[in-house]
Amino acid sequence: MLQFRYAFSPRNLIRRLALSTLAFAVAAPMAQAAGTLNVLTWCDHEDPSLLQPFEAANGVKVNFKDIGSTADALAILGQSKPGDWDVIVMDETDTGRLERMGLLSPLEKADYPFATIPAAIANPKLTSVDGTLYTVPEKFGYNTIAFNKTAADPAAMQDIEAPWDAKYKGRVAVYDYYVPEIQYAALALGKNPDKLTDADLPAIKAKLLALKANAAMVGDVTTVQQALTTGAVDILVGGGEWVTAGIQTDSPNLTYTIPTQGGIRWQQGLGIFAASKNKPMGVKFIQYILSPEGQAKLATSSCYWGMPANTQAALTPAQKADLRWDEQATYIKHSYPYLQMTPAFDKKLQAMWAEVMQGK
Amino acid sequence: MRRLAGFWFALPALAWILFFFALPVLIMAGYSVRPLNADGTMGPFSVADYAAFFAEPAYVTALIDSIITTLIVVAASTLLAYPFAWCIAYVVPKQYQRAALIAAILPFWTSYVVRSYAWLLALSPVGVVNKILLSLGLVGHPLMFAYNPQATEFGFVHFFLMLNTLTIYASLAQINPRYELAARDLGASAWRAFFEITLPLSIPGVAVGAFLTIVLCIGDYVTPQILGGFRELLLPQVIMMQIQRQLDLPMASTMSLLLTAVVALAYLSLQRWLKMARL
Repeated sequence: MLQFRYAFSPRNLIRRLALSTLAFAVAAPMAQAAGTLNVLTWCDHEDPSLLQPFEAANGVKVNFKDIGSTADALAILGQSKPGDWDVIVMDETDTGRLERMGLLSPLEKADYPFATIPAAIANPKLTSVDGTLYTVPEKFGYNTIAFNKTAADPAAMQDIEAPWDAKYKGRVAVYDYYVPEIQYAALALGKNPDKLTDADLPAIKAKLLALKANAAMVGDVTTVQQALTTGAVDILVGGGEWVTAGIQTDSPNLTYTIPTQGGIRWQQGLGIFAASKNKPMGVKFIQYILSPEGQAKLATSSCYWGMPANTQAALTPAQKADLRWDEQATYIKHSYPYLQMTPAFDKKLQAMWAEVMQGK
Repeated sequence: MRRLAGFWFALPALAWILFFFALPVLIMAGYSVRPLNADGTMGPFSVADYAAFFAEPAYVTALIDSIITTLIVVAASTLLAYPFAWCIAYVVPKQYQRAALIAAILPFWTSYVVRSYAWLLALSPVGVVNKILLSLGLVGHPLMFAYNPQATEFGFVHFFLMLNTLTIYASLAQINPRYELAARDLGASAWRAFFEITLPLSIPGVAVGAFLTIVLCIGDYVTPQILGGFRELLLPQVIMMQIQRQLDLPMASTMSLLLTAVVALAYLSLQRWLKMARL
């Protein structure tokens, strides 16, 4: 009969499990406090080539959690203790929202290279509340029109009305994020997409219904990018450098433009949580991301490309060409940021978008 | 005493169901009656979100479309799965039946999302289906097989065909073959023996497959999101819209509870056939 050195018994097992749990409970917070920076981030901050230099220089491990939106971040925060997370990457139109919830820590403007960030990108309406800085812009881009220049006339794409043209029926895809699409339709109607009211909604809905009738499909990031790159469609409304710049080498026929009437601009920024126990490291992280080296890597992330907020980004001439670097001053001037709106108005826009998708 | 002993044995399973099913549903119900205020904070107890749901035609249409899509998928999956399961049970030699079942489910070892995107590639205007049709001269221009409700239904049926095959096979395999032999001995034709003996006895398997299809299909977000092209918004997609931007958990909970109610109705309709002991 085999004899074991340590006899198995339930009491033994329970004692061992209890000791292990106690050791983990003590060790885990200690490990978390010393040597880690916990970041809620979009997918473009997850490249090892971006994070490793910062980790090596500061003796810290960046522990990131992928989020798709500010709402995702709020859901995670709701399941976390205060202090579990240090830094957040967010849509800067949500700065005021998170500040009102008491989630963000004030930042010192002097700590960051605002002198080399374009004024429209550093707009205090997006980064500050009552004169206090809460987020630092790091990357931006456009929801405008991306297209296959061998199938759609680039000159024709300069007119915002092009996707509504019957000539392109069945050759158009629409990105399924309702905020920039509603603003783009408003722009096509000659309205100011920064200042939409209830009275504007019926006309915008009719415009969107007409666009959907002319389109082959509406889809998420992956679906519309796949449709454009495979040639299933030739035009993507809501597309921009985030669709085309990263794949220029493989698909040089794809490009984007901002029509004469203008386009919509997305913008993401970095904030530090008010409850963070690691604020000085959070500041260093933001400073690294805003450095020329950090900005170049962030702009050309394997997840999606976009314009670096810092004009000193160490991009190569080829990368700058793919990002249409020389045209940015004009593009910024002719683009509008995402709408900052009340939750009640946001609900109305969502309901309208659902009606458009149902074709009602 | 024996009854009490049975209760203690069942207690762990009961506790599991209470903690991981009943409690979350109750929490969701609690959220659904605390609609958000205009400033985004939770308001007082109210059924305003239920009223708002039924007052918005697009949301009601999404619920109806979800039910219709699910019924179509159940019907198509069952009609396709039954002959397949029948062949495995009665045509394939016994020593090869397990291999046949494994072959049936093998394609589903890939990720559900990857499979949906693969169908998108196959069905898109530049996909392999259109390329074959164009090269054979059967069509003059690509047909739109993807980005519509039919593509969503096709993607669903591909998955649930496997599920229904397994449940129907399990039911067929339990039927004593002597019943059909006896019917044939007494003069029944093969078709009559099937319709009056085999089919009725296999209904539990059909019902379980149908119920599982309803439960999984009506709440599925991935397939309509990838294949549907937003031609028809289903309720799970509308639920995601509530969460993605404003984190409107009360409205999302309201919609989710309505889906739960639909599933409960489906169970009540099918329960007389949901005899798990027969599987």
